Amino acid sequence: MRTAFVIFSVLVFVLLSNGLYQALVAAPTEATMGDVQRIFYYHVPSAWTAFLCFIANFVASIIYLLNRNEKLDAFALSAAEVGVVFCTVVLLTGPIWARPVWGIWWTWDARLTSTLVLWLIYVSYLVLRRYATGSQTAVLAAALAIFGFLDVVFVYMAIRWFRTQHPQPVVGGGQGSGIDPHMLHALLMNFLAFAAYGTLLLWLRYKLERTRHMVEAVHVSKAVAGEGR
Amino acid sequence: MNTASVLRATLTKDLRLEWRSKDAINSMLFFALLVVVIFSFAFEPTAEEAQRITGGLMWVAFLFAAVVALNQTWARELRNQVLDAYRVSPAPGASLFLAKTIGNFLFVIVLECLMAPLFVVFYNLRSIGPEYQLALAAVLGTWALVVNGTFFAAMSLRTRAREIMLPLLLFPISIPALLAMVSATTATLTGESSPVLALEFLAVYDLVFTIICLLLFDTVLHAE
Amino acid sequence: MNKTYFLYAAYVVTWMVHITYLALLGRKAARLRREIEDLKRQP
Repeated sequence: MRTAFVIFSVLVFVLLSNGLYQALVAAPTEATMGDVQRIFYYHVPSAWTAFLCFIANFVASIIYLLNRNEKLDAFALSAAEVGVVFCTVVLLTGPIWARPVWGIWWTWDARLTSTLVLWLIYVSYLVLRRYATGSQTAVLAAALAIFGFLDVVFVYMAIRWFRTQHPQPVVGGGQGSGIDPHMLHALLMNFLAFAAYGTLLLWLRYKLERTRHMVEAVHVSKAVAGEGR
Repeated sequence: MNTASVLRATLTKDLRLEWRSKDAINSMLFFALLVVVIFSFAFEPTAEEAQRITGGLMWVAFLFAAVVALNQTWARELRNQVLDAYRVSPAPGASLFLAKTIGNFLFVIVLECLMAPLFVVFYNLRSIGPEYQLALAAVLGTWALVVNGTFFAAMSLRTRAREIMLPLLLFPISIPALLAMVSATTATLTGESSPVLALEFLAVYDLVFTIICLLLFDTVLHAE
Repeated sequence: MNKTYFLYAAYVVTWMVHITYLALLGRKAARLRREIEDLKRQP
């Protein structure tokens, strides 16, 4: 297990380095926006990775409610945390890209606002987990995860339909909408790299959580044994 | 002990208790009033602007007031271990949840009826669109807030910082509903567009989340 | 030229977020390890 982990870490490092090279050097400079457009290669893959994490959290939460397997709860928590990390990156890199390109830090269009709300929902999930007392935190969190994930669909539609007075800037060169093949290559390489890195983080966090479970179990059994005296 | 009888019993009990003490309605009313007055100092809308922003203002005031009510929804049950009694009884969780939700819904609707004339006066409102659409937006919107709010209030029971937990969980989830209610209200008041899409959206939102709440409430009720 | 600063800022910010998270994980792991040591020392 340890060797597999080390090998995977090295692989992730290689992929990330390659991604960086692709993004900053190999990919051609965009005609209208210039070099700033390269933020795209970090911003978009982070968003996709975050969504993958949240989907994983959603599925794990549902299955957890059905069979109450602790491992699934640990996985759900890890997925949510890693998702929030990547979503934070998206929300920070977005405005940094928007400012030089559109002249504004933020706009309340469907995609950006949905991402913000998504972030808020999963942060509230993590806060619930931290502040809940009692043994059934996992159950409550799983229920919230279901609400949160389904809500995102509504959020996206609501903003598209009820916020149309703002201008709709097109985000970058679009995803696959006539995108230069070299740019697409850089984008996909970075997606691969960040997805792999995300998986690594998930693995780490999951192991940590399982360890915490076991330590807690030991504490509990000690307390019980102590009382039996 | 079937669903309907439990529902009716719980609901009448809550309504009677509230009627006697008027705890919830008084605190909600006062809070909403404060919000309205403070907003009117923060913005000084001209007649034109007032029509446009009042929709949002109203719903912010109602949302905050609803949270005040929701926070003490389950508090009453916690005292005297009533909640434990519910857990142990064969009564379905769904009926308890519905009773609480309908109770809260009625409280907030009463609040809105009391506040509406105040808004009309303070902001010189006239509705250009048909009033029934406003009423529909109020009913659908309030249900959206209250159904999720009652559920999250139950969830917050087993957390520290309970009073903050509820809005923290409720607000992000309610964002689509808020957008829709404000859109519908503003559309009707200004008469500039049709609120039908927003109302339909609210109806679907209400349906989906009511079902989810009913499905998951037993899980939450029996958690510890 | 000015615009390129934004590019670097974005990449730096990204890695700062990731490094911060890794640091948090590291702290958590250290704390757990200490707890395990304590538990081992006791009976």
